[in-house]
Formats: sequence, C-alpha cells, structure tokens
Amino acid sequence: MTPAAASMPALQAELGPIQDGRATLRIAGGWQIHDQLPALEPIASRLEAASELKSLGFQADGLTAWDSGLVSYLTSLIDRCQQRGIAVDPAGLPEGIRGLLRLAYAVPERQGARRTKKSISFVQQVGEQALALTRSTGEIMAFLGEAVLAFRRLLAGQARFRKADLWLNLQEAGADALPIVSLVTFLVGLILAFIAEAQLAAFGAKIYVADLVGLAMVIQLGAVITAIVLAGRTGAAFAAQLGTMQVNEEIDALRTLGIAPMEFLVLPRLLALILMTPLLAIYANLMGILGGAFVANVAGDITLVEYFIETQKAIGWNDLIQGLISATVYGAIVAVSGCLRGIQCGRSASSVGLATTSAVVTAIVFIVIAAAVLTLIFNALGL
Amino acid sequence: MTAPPPHIEVESVTLAYGDFVIQHDLSFRIRRGDVYIIMGGSGCGKSTVMRSLTGLLAPKTGRIFYDGTSFWEMPAHERARTMRRFGVMYQSGALWSSMTLSENVALPLEQYTTLSPAQIRAIATYKLALVGLRGFDDFYPSEISGGMQKRVGVARAMALDPEVLFFDEPSAGLDPLSARLLDELILELRESLGTTMVVVTHELASIFTIADDAVFLDPETKTMLTTGNPRELRDHSDLPKVRAFLNRGAS
Ligand SMILES: Nc1ncnc2c1ncn2[C@@H]1O[C@H](COP(=O)(O)OP(=O)(O)OP(=O)(O)O)[C@@H](O)[C@H]1O
Ligand SMILES: [Mg+2]
Repeated sequence: MTPAAASMPALQAELGPIQDGRATLRIAGGWQIHDQLPALEPIASRLEAASELKSLGFQADGLTAWDSGLVSYLTSLIDRCQQRGIAVDPAGLPEGIRGLLRLAYAVPERQGARRTKKSISFVQQVGEQALALTRSTGEIMAFLGEAVLAFRRLLAGQARFRKADLWLNLQEAGADALPIVSLVTFLVGLILAFIAEAQLAAFGAKIYVADLVGLAMVIQLGAVITAIVLAGRTGAAFAAQLGTMQVNEEIDALRTLGIAPMEFLVLPRLLALILMTPLLAIYANLMGILGGAFVANVAGDITLVEYFIETQKAIGWNDLIQGLISATVYGAIVAVSGCLRGIQCGRSASSVGLATTSAVVTAIVFIVIAAAVLTLIFNALGL
Repeated sequence: MTAPPPHIEVESVTLAYGDFVIQHDLSFRIRRGDVYIIMGGSGCGKSTVMRSLTGLLAPKTGRIFYDGTSFWEMPAHERARTMRRFGVMYQSGALWSSMTLSENVALPLEQYTTLSPAQIRAIATYKLALVGLRGFDDFYPSEISGGMQKRVGVARAMALDPEVLFFDEPSAGLDPLSARLLDELILELRESLGTTMVVVTHELASIFTIADDAVFLDPETKTMLTTGNPRELRDHSDLPKVRAFLNRGAS
C-alpha cells in the first residue's frame, strides 16, 4: 500500500516449542486489514493437536503496526483455544490490544443465540413446498373473506378510511393510466385489423374487419389488456407501498391504533380499481376500435363511416356487459393481489421486491383463470 | 511549539435544505484523535452537520477541511477516496435489511480489502463482539431489538478501522450498561488506534466521560453558541443556555 509498508518486516505468527504445557506465539511485523493477513488454520490446528498444551502466551516485541486485522485473528484463535480448554494469557500483548480483547469478551455470548444451519432432504423440501401451497391458499381465502367483511362495513357506512386516499387512488389507478392504456390498445386494434384485413381481403369480405376487431376488443381483449397493464402499473405499486409500510412498522402502528389495515389501506385501493377498471376498459375498447378503423381506412379503403356502422351492427349490449363484468372482476383481482402481497411482505428491502414481483404474477395468473371461467359462465348463460 | 494542524476544520459553514437555513456561520476545529461532541437541542441540525462532514450534503457557503484540503472542492473521485476513511453510524441505524448482521459488517471489508472470506467473517464476528453482540452474526436486522440495531450500526462503521468515526446518537435507546460499554469502546478505540471521533449525543453522562471538546448548536439563533470541553462549559460557561443544557436545566 504505502511505500513504508514495503520496507516493514513481513508479518508473521510463529508458535514456539511447548514447555511445561505452555507455548508462546510470537507475533511480528505489520498486521493491517489493508494488507494480507496469514490464515488462522495452520497455527490453530497445531494448537488443537498438541494434547499436552495447557496455556498459550504471546510475545509481540517485533510487532510494528496492527489494527482489527490482528485483533480479529487473536479473537478467532482464543475462541478455538477456549473450545479446547487451553487457557490464554494476553499479558505479552500490547496494552491497546488487551483493552480491545477485554471489550470483545466483556459481554458473554447469549445462550441459544447462535444459529446452526440445518440441511434439508429432498423429500422434506417437497413436503414443505406442498404445505406452503396449502398455507398460501388458506391465506388468500382469509384475505378475501376479510375484504368482503370490510366491504360490508363500507356499505353499512362503518368502514374507517380517509376519503382523500380514495380520491388519490382513483386518480392514480384511473386517469394516470390513460396514456399507457391508449398506446397498448390502439396498437392491439391496429395489429388485429392488419392481420384480419390481409386474410379477409382474399374473400372480398374486408368490411368484416370491423366485426372482428370490435367483438374481440369488447368481449375480452379490452378488459384483459387493461387488467394486465393495471397489474404491472397499479398492482405492483400497491404491493410496494404496503410492503414498505410493513418494513417500516407503519402497518403495526395502524393496528395498535385499532385501525384495521384491511379497511384503511386495502379498501380504498380495492374500490378504486373496481370502479376504474371498467371505465378504462370502455376507453380501451374505443381505442382498439379506432386502431382498427385506422388500418381499414388506410389499407382497406373502407370509409370511417362504413367502419363504424359495421362495428355498431356487430356489437350487442350482451357483448358490452360481458366485457364490463370481466373488467370489474379483473380489477378486483389486481387490487387484491397487490394488497395481499404487500401486507404479507417481510421486513427487508428485498422482500419488498419479492412482494412486488409476486403481486404481478399472482394477478396475471388469476386474470387468466378468471377469463376462462367467465367465458364458460357467459356461454352457459347464453349471453 | 506550534499546535499540530487540526484533522477536521469547519470554516464559516452555512447549511441549508433549499432556502431553509438550518445552521449558519459554523466554525470549529477537530484535533486528530479527539472525541468531539456535537450537542444541542432536538432538531437544531446536529445530524445535518454530520451529513455535511460525511459528504452527503454540500454546505451552502463556507468550507470544510480534512488535513488542510477543502473537502467539498475536491474532485468527486478524491472526495470518494477521503470518504472511504470515514466510518458512519446513522441515527436510524440504516442497516441493510436483506443482509445478516455479519454481512452488514463484512460488506465494506469485501469491497475494500483483499482478505479471504474466512478472515472477513472473523473480523465481522470480532466487531460484533466489541459492541456486545457475540453470536448474533446470522440474524437479520429485523430480528433484533432497536438498541441492538444501533450497536450493529456502530460495528459496521468500525469495519474498516477508519480514521474518523461519526456516531449519530449511538447511546440513545441503550441500557446504562451497554451505553457504558460503548463509551469504553469509544475511549479504547481512540487510545489504541488513534481514531478521531465525532459524536452527536444528548447523554450527559456519556458526554462528560468521553468528550475532549465539543460544539454547542442553538436552534433559536441557528448558529453555534460556543465550543470547548463540556466539563468546563458546564462549570464555567458564561452562557446560561449552555450551562442549563449541561446541568439538565438546573443551574
Ligand atoms: N431532508 C430534509 N429536508 C428539509 N429539511 C430537513 C431535512 N432533514 C432535516 N431537515 C430539517 O433540518 C432541521 C435539523 O434536522 P436534524 O436532523 O439535523 O436535527 P438534529 O439536531 O439531528 O435533531 P435530533 O436531535 O432530533 O436528531 C430540522 O428542523 C428538520 O426539519
Ligand atoms: Mg439527529
């Protein structure tokens, strides 16, 4: 490091011969953490091997410089000696080192504090994963149940939360999401129309591009795309907010005040998404249809008026209602996943990251499942 | 015989967040190897002074010198090198929550030394033992008490045996015995390694035990009232505010 370090005598630790059960460790040179330190092992294992050894002393006349590098070497050595029942006599060490050693051993180790790592067998791992799965299903169910109860208190006018939070969430989940929803759904409408136009042109049935794009958007795509955008945008934000509050003990502070986090934190977010997702989905449908009209007009020579009349003919109220019901359900799924993962968050920065990831994944998985289930139900109802 | 140059010199420094002035016209010198106390009422800007000494907040006006070099006028990479010689313990702990206590202390060592993992772990264990946390190496910060977190903050600040240690209220929230152990540690580190220590604290017992010198900040006039050894200030200061502070309000 420094030029002086080069001329310093090399650091060394040498174990002298054992006489009358006593050995002396000679320490010399510069022992600093910014240089190299010798490994503990050779000396430690020689000490442990010498069965007649009863006590260890030190001789440090040649010591030129030292810091924690030396003291930590000595504490590790002393720990090993204590395990073997070798007494350590620090008298030969410089004053400062003795002071630090005294402080390091001033507080005895608390009983049972130290952790030992257990290795887990494969079978046990599989079992634990299975148990974790049932436990997490149980937790989701319990969360849903609590959310329903909170909703009931809301309808009874007893829920405790701040109206300002609700407005803020409505704005953040709704209006602020317009640009990204516009972009994505317009492009989806555009792409759908492009593909459909190329295929239908062969049959001279270009005008049916309007039917295809309109129905696809209104029945399913508008709602699904909106929900997935919201899962990445809003659901992730919910998980990160609540997770950080969990890390900072803010949720505990609410609980001790007698305020249920379910009402105070989850309810406004759930309401915001349940109200906003259908609205955004309607908007998404419009944007998708606009995208389709744009392609049909530019590439297919269909006038905008023709396109919109055809779209109007194709889409019925039943289709619109299907789409809106789906959007509401997806909105609830996104909000519940975000809040659930946020509240379940651990106490560290990395667990906030995990909570956010898991919120998005949970939301998307359940959106896909819900889409399938809803389609079956709507079919059965003949909508 | 001339006095050795001060380790840290603060020269007519004004500190502000935006336009909100916290303290103005601060000037004091910290000698190498001293335990220097920054004291004053809650909210007067002690932590803010520490932020500017440790490179987190540039002073609005004035200069801070380390060994005669102006800290805030250095090029960024040199300031970073100077900062590497600091150890800082934050008022709120600021432990890395996703690392174990041992990993918290080991991180600076992994980054700035070439020691083997076993040696780094030994040093981390030793530093934790110094603050009375032997055996807690593998705990996470969220699994220990508030006072223990404070002490891990101290252990982490000491990891690289820095030239200057900054402690922001190290003994707040500690029981009297742990607080005394910490005072002993501060004195021992000063004695054996010659570390300069800048300590923000309100604990009078601790101030009178460890302080060599101190600066007293006033929240009302937003500037320093005086500097000097707290024991002497307590008994001989002609400023009633300072005497009252150091005598717990009784005069
Ligand atoms: N990031 C910030 N932005 C604006 N003002 C701040 C900021 N941090 C602190 N302050 C203000 O600076 C003032 C001093 O804060 P500081 O944390 O330095 O006080 P302190 O003396 O350390 O108090 P305590 O003893 O309670 O820790 C306070 O009035 C606070 O409002
Ligand atoms: Mg402070």
